[in-house]
Amino acid sequence: MIDKFRSDPIAALAVIPSGATLAVGGFGSSGRPDTLLDTLCELDRRDLHVYVNNVGGDFTGIGRLLAERRLRRITCSFPVLPEFYDEYFAGRVELELIPQGTLAERMRAGGAGIPAFFTPSGAGTMLADGTFPLGYGADRQVVSWQPERERREFGGREHILEYGIVADFALVKAHKGDRRGNLRFRLSARNFNPLAAMSGRHTFAEVEHLVGIGELEPDDIHLPGVFVDEVLLKSPDSPRQPAIAEFSS
Amino acid sequence: MTQTTAQAAISGRSREGIAERLAADLRDGFVVNLGVGIPLLIPKYIPPDVEVILHAENGVLGLGPLASPGQEDPDLTDAGKQPITLITGAAIVDSAMSFAVVRGGHLDVTVLGALQVSAHGDLANWYVPGKNPAVGGAMDLVAGAREVWVTMEHVDRTGQPKIVEQCTFPLTGRQVVTRVYTDLAVFHVVDGELRLTECAPGIEPEMIRKRTAAPYTEDLGIRL
Repeated sequence: MIDKFRSDPIAALAVIPSGATLAVGGFGSSGRPDTLLDTLCELDRRDLHVYVNNVGGDFTGIGRLLAERRLRRITCSFPVLPEFYDEYFAGRVELELIPQGTLAERMRAGGAGIPAFFTPSGAGTMLADGTFPLGYGADRQVVSWQPERERREFGGREHILEYGIVADFALVKAHKGDRRGNLRFRLSARNFNPLAAMSGRHTFAEVEHLVGIGELEPDDIHLPGVFVDEVLLKSPDSPRQPAIAEFSS
Repeated sequence: MTQTTAQAAISGRSREGIAERLAADLRDGFVVNLGVGIPLLIPKYIPPDVEVILHAENGVLGLGPLASPGQEDPDLTDAGKQPITLITGAAIVDSAMSFAVVRGGHLDVTVLGALQVSAHGDLANWYVPGKNPAVGGAMDLVAGAREVWVTMEHVDRTGQPKIVEQCTFPLTGRQVVTRVYTDLAVFHVVDGELRLTECAPGIEPEMIRKRTAAPYTEDLGIRL
């Protein structure tokens, strides 16, 4: 019998070591797996490289990892939290800044066995020409830069090479899931969750409702359980955060 | 022919007025992405006989008005993380599909704010060096949308022109802007060149010339 349900988050996530790479779903606090992220903090994991669209607008979720200095690098499109930039400019966390659609497609590609792809997004900008600072030193001097992208013309237009993301682990949130790991998301909380789940070598899904096999109609499953390794229930101790005014281009 | 010194303030269209002017150019059936700032003022000015599908990068096709107090749903937000509603018949997709819409040329128009627009339609709108960098979906939107319409004040807070020969701020995309709607004027970018197509009510072409630091031709009265 396939039973991916785990009742104890601490025991389940203990396989994630410090130093791991993590693909995480969510758009701001919407659809973000806060129970799983809180569990990483309880497990005292550090030195993490997280692929996620935002750090967020407060010290919950990814913001908590930041506040507790558990991050080595963030790969995202829109950090938001001012304290994140303080840490970045102080040389305590690296920022790999990429266009939002590139992040989504890199996750999808990594999970789909596509090692790299060409995209027009970012071509001709400082996110592609090797001049954007990846990391600062303690003296606030730039010590590393994002790599220059390979370029190629298609149809007379410049495109740049971006690599698929295969993360050691993925943490995602869904509205409903069953013991086989089939997931259904709700409204715009879907966002990066199916893609992050695909890009993880080992994927944890936090669900609001654990449902019986067959309760999700085949046509209504947004992500089949083949992409999910372990299913956990959202903790009632991690209430959904109220929407916070953040801005995204 | 261009002059870059700061000019005294003159009164053209308000921010609401810019939004209203742009809304008049949206066509029935358009799929449109709206950025933050002036673009978010546009929906209330879309004529009732024009059906437009509004796209939000986080995976919404068929954005409705902001949710009223007490009706917010944390699982339903726009790209600015504001609680929203959906129109009847809206669709939700994941972020990869959302950007397939964007990159794949399925958006008729994206409307964005700008720090600068160049004489050839280059756009700078994501990063002021020395400030906190963030890009979001801006580079995907300008790379993929069939038309990129910019809404902005004609000059910055110090009176300096924002339409310039070459952008000095980091670029969002090269030769991507197709129209510019400001408080003073409407420009089209045609074959990589700026054309002044409309002056705001009460604004004379010479007033625009003095506040624009890029070469352009005048095609007043032409509806492109």
